[in-house]
Amino acid sequence: MSLYGTDLLALLPELIIVVTACLVIALDPITPASRRDLLAWLSLGSLALCLGLTMGQIGVLNIRVSAFSDLVVVDAYARFWKVLLYGVTGLTIMLSLPYLKAERIHLGEYYAFILLSLSGMMVMVSGADLLTIYLGTELMSLSLYVMTGLNRSNPCSREAAAKYFVLGAFSSGILLYGISLLYGMAGSTKLASIAATIGSHGANDPLLLIAVILVAVGFSFKLAAVPFHMWTPDVYEGAPTSVTAFMAVAAKAASFAAFMRVFVEGLGGLKADWSLLFLLIALATLVFGNLVAIVQTNIKRMLAYSSIAHAGYALIGFVAAGRATGGTPGLASVMIYLALYAFMTLGAFAVIGMLRKGGIEGEEIEDFTGLAKRQPLAAFLMLLFMASLAGIPPTAGFIGKFYVFMAAVESGLAWLAAIALIFAAVSAYYYMRVVMVMYMREPDPSSVAPRLVTSPALSFVLAFAVAGVILFGLFPDPLVSFALQSVLTLK
Amino acid sequence: MHSGGIPWLTLFLLIPLAGAAAMYFVTESTARWIALAATLADLFVALPLWWLFDPQTSQMQFTEHVAWITAPPIYYSLGLDGISLPLVLMTAGIMPLCVLASWTSITTRVQSFMAMLLIMETAMIGVFVALDFVLFYVFWEAMLIPMYLLIGVWGGPNRLYAAIKFFLYTLAGSVLLLVAIFALYFYGGHTFDILALSQGTYPASLQMWLFLAFFAAFAVKIPMFPFHTWLPDAHVEAPTAGSVILASILLKMGTYGFLRFSLPMLPDASHAFTPMMVGLSIVAIIYGAYMALAQVDLKKLIAYSSVSHMGFVTLGIFVLNQQGIEGAVLQMVNHGITTGALFLCVGMIYERTHSRLIADNVGLASPMPQYATLLMIFALSSLGLPGTNSFVGEFLVLIGTFLWSKVATAFASLGIILAAVYILWMVQRVVFGVPLPHQLSKLKDLNKRELATLAPLALLVFWIGLFPNPLVSKMHQSVNNVIASMARTKVAPTAQPSAREAAPLLAGSTEPLKTEEISR
Repeated sequence: MSLYGTDLLALLPELIIVVTACLVIALDPITPASRRDLLAWLSLGSLALCLGLTMGQIGVLNIRVSAFSDLVVVDAYARFWKVLLYGVTGLTIMLSLPYLKAERIHLGEYYAFILLSLSGMMVMVSGADLLTIYLGTELMSLSLYVMTGLNRSNPCSREAAAKYFVLGAFSSGILLYGISLLYGMAGSTKLASIAATIGSHGANDPLLLIAVILVAVGFSFKLAAVPFHMWTPDVYEGAPTSVTAFMAVAAKAASFAAFMRVFVEGLGGLKADWSLLFLLIALATLVFGNLVAIVQTNIKRMLAYSSIAHAGYALIGFVAAGRATGGTPGLASVMIYLALYAFMTLGAFAVIGMLRKGGIEGEEIEDFTGLAKRQPLAAFLMLLFMASLAGIPPTAGFIGKFYVFMAAVESGLAWLAAIALIFAAVSAYYYMRVVMVMYMREPDPSSVAPRLVTSPALSFVLAFAVAGVILFGLFPDPLVSFALQSVLTLK
Repeated sequence: MHSGGIPWLTLFLLIPLAGAAAMYFVTESTARWIALAATLADLFVALPLWWLFDPQTSQMQFTEHVAWITAPPIYYSLGLDGISLPLVLMTAGIMPLCVLASWTSITTRVQSFMAMLLIMETAMIGVFVALDFVLFYVFWEAMLIPMYLLIGVWGGPNRLYAAIKFFLYTLAGSVLLLVAIFALYFYGGHTFDILALSQGTYPASLQMWLFLAFFAAFAVKIPMFPFHTWLPDAHVEAPTAGSVILASILLKMGTYGFLRFSLPMLPDASHAFTPMMVGLSIVAIIYGAYMALAQVDLKKLIAYSSVSHMGFVTLGIFVLNQQGIEGAVLQMVNHGITTGALFLCVGMIYERTHSRLIADNVGLASPMPQYATLLMIFALSSLGLPGTNSFVGEFLVLIGTFLWSKVATAFASLGIILAAVYILWMVQRVVFGVPLPHQLSKLKDLNKRELATLAPLALLVFWIGLFPNPLVSKMHQSVNNVIASMARTKVAPTAQPSAREAAPLLAGSTEPLKTEEISR
């Protein structure tokens, strides 16, 4: 029984988050609408507590604690992602506060769902068994479906939720199908057993390849990689902006975390196969994402395609890790990339969420016209986020690309890095168009002037995001060494 | 070396940045004074370097070396040699003039404008002093956004198109540079140190690829024919200060890149590509000059003349001998002074007549004698009249070319003749034409601020034109060093004497022809 106790201890952060989510649901009906902020602060408190716990666990690096007979592991790799996810969730909650009020959808259960989604993500990054990871994925996704449709009065929001649900369920089915084939092969869904079976059986079984492809497709849906990205633009556009930010950053990070663990720990024996598969997917993703983003007029749609393209860049790091000459630098580069991507994307969505045109949200790129004159500081922050997304130094975006492409060149994929960087230059076109609209266009005097909703919490989010973009752009060392240490427990 | 513990170059980089940060807190009129103070302060930091610099060595001087990123090892590593010193001094000298030129012509968002100018100054100096390849790349790319804003926010009517064209051209060119930097890192012993990489030897086929990647970045920036099409647009639409920065400093970064990276790191590829580079240079010289002939817009005329003049610089670099390269470095400075001055002149007349067309600015000699005199000086310098700065540079380049190929020299000289045609024709109309009647009374001659902007440049035109030696002697050892490192694979492909060891062999020889035999 004492063993059981340590199992629970290892999962204490997850338990805290789930309990808090239940508490929020329970407290919601008895909390007056005017005091709903308290629920947000309660959620933030639980995040701070978990952050403390997880940081405390970081003291014992390179120790891999398995719990519940190897269904879940707590290792440095999982800790890295958890710290990132706490941060992203906390910032999302803060940015939701003023946004939800302005949209008149300030509901208590929103915070419960965001915490439940987080707990799903935490299970995903800690899962050492395909079914655990699958459960985490579902918990994350189901909460996200609900959050997407939260704005019930907006038909776009409802449509997005329905679309997301159908396609998400479909992709989960494919993932599950792949898992079942792997189970048929290995007699177990544990990543370690699957790896052992592949090691002893060899990698030439066609059924195994089919299973790998199915799992890859299932994860590609979650990562929004081309050609499995179709849901992304509609969902990103229709969902409330705070939810979009959460999906674009946290859900993507968690999916990448689980995806890398499955393919490295479980299917590492098939490196040669999947690295070729993902090379094609990465290439298609970044080419398609960047090209289609150019023609978007809605900024949330544009950022949806940009997030597709960024998944493509991150995949390059992963492909590099799968090559014979690659390895940990590639995996670490993906971790660095997604952590830095979190800062700039959250920052950009925070500015978008602030912008109001009349009573509604200003979502068109045109709505940013002349922002530099009216709100110089907000425009300047947006300029920094856009430059960072385009990967222009000295911002964090450059550092992210730096490590990914360096890993690619190291593993002999210089040509891929060259193509990707040319498309990064293409992407600068649409990011700079936002800058152009803000700084170089005179606002039309007859139109409704956009204004900005500000609040202390939102200012904090922006300050945090911009600090991340600038400081990690100039001094990436702490993050890089954190990622390099964390990746070591991934075997 | 002589730095005496003062981190000159860091100071140099930080002063404009501090000025830019201060812009957030000040009003429009103070912003101008702060920008002027910051750029002048930077100039006063720069001037002592001229005397402290030791021309007897090809080693980097005023070096600073601080760890920046541990994995991979990237250093905040700065230093100056005889090639970067003139360019850095020129940058520091041009920037206060840019601030002065924008004093009255920029009226909207002055603080932001001045902040952009100052950020540009830091980035540009950073490019010239960086000794770590990644640091270099960061400075190189950091220029994009401020320059994009300078053109796009404060530019002319077609500024949006020109700004994004500039941005995308230069960005697309330089992304391949990053891949090349990584490739060098993995082949060159896991270091980004420019000096260490310059001493490495790389397989010939790799060198070819790397050369092409470098070429994409540098040729767009210079710009070499056929990558020049962004330049006329950017020049015409940019505000005066933006044009001056572009012409005087930004274009030099491409040629500096060739000198600092392509030649020492990729000697075999540089030799192999010499015919192509010389060919493109000559095409640029003649094509740019022909295009300049046909222009009716003064800024466009000068922009195309830049293409032609920069052709001389690349020509001088790629004939790969001492006269050629020294002429090229000198010509980089000269072009910065002369073309910068010409753009300032156009800006001043534009403020008066609100037109850059030659047809609208005719016969300025009688209403504006001082302006006409200065314009004449710079125009004559631009066509390379003996006694002016450009003569010395172009002459050295042509000598270098003559040693390489007589035919090439003949074609390149055509550029000088054409320059005389388009410049004199322009002068004939703008200075000595029959003035438009309504303008005679309206035009005021230069005020004190404008005189103060142009006078230093006019002095430099004659100083370098009559006494080029102080400047040329400063670059002597460093140019020798480049040539020696070029020669290393040719002389001893197995022993690989490093550039550092080879340099003293040539250091004593003042006969320029010695190096010639090696580079051929």
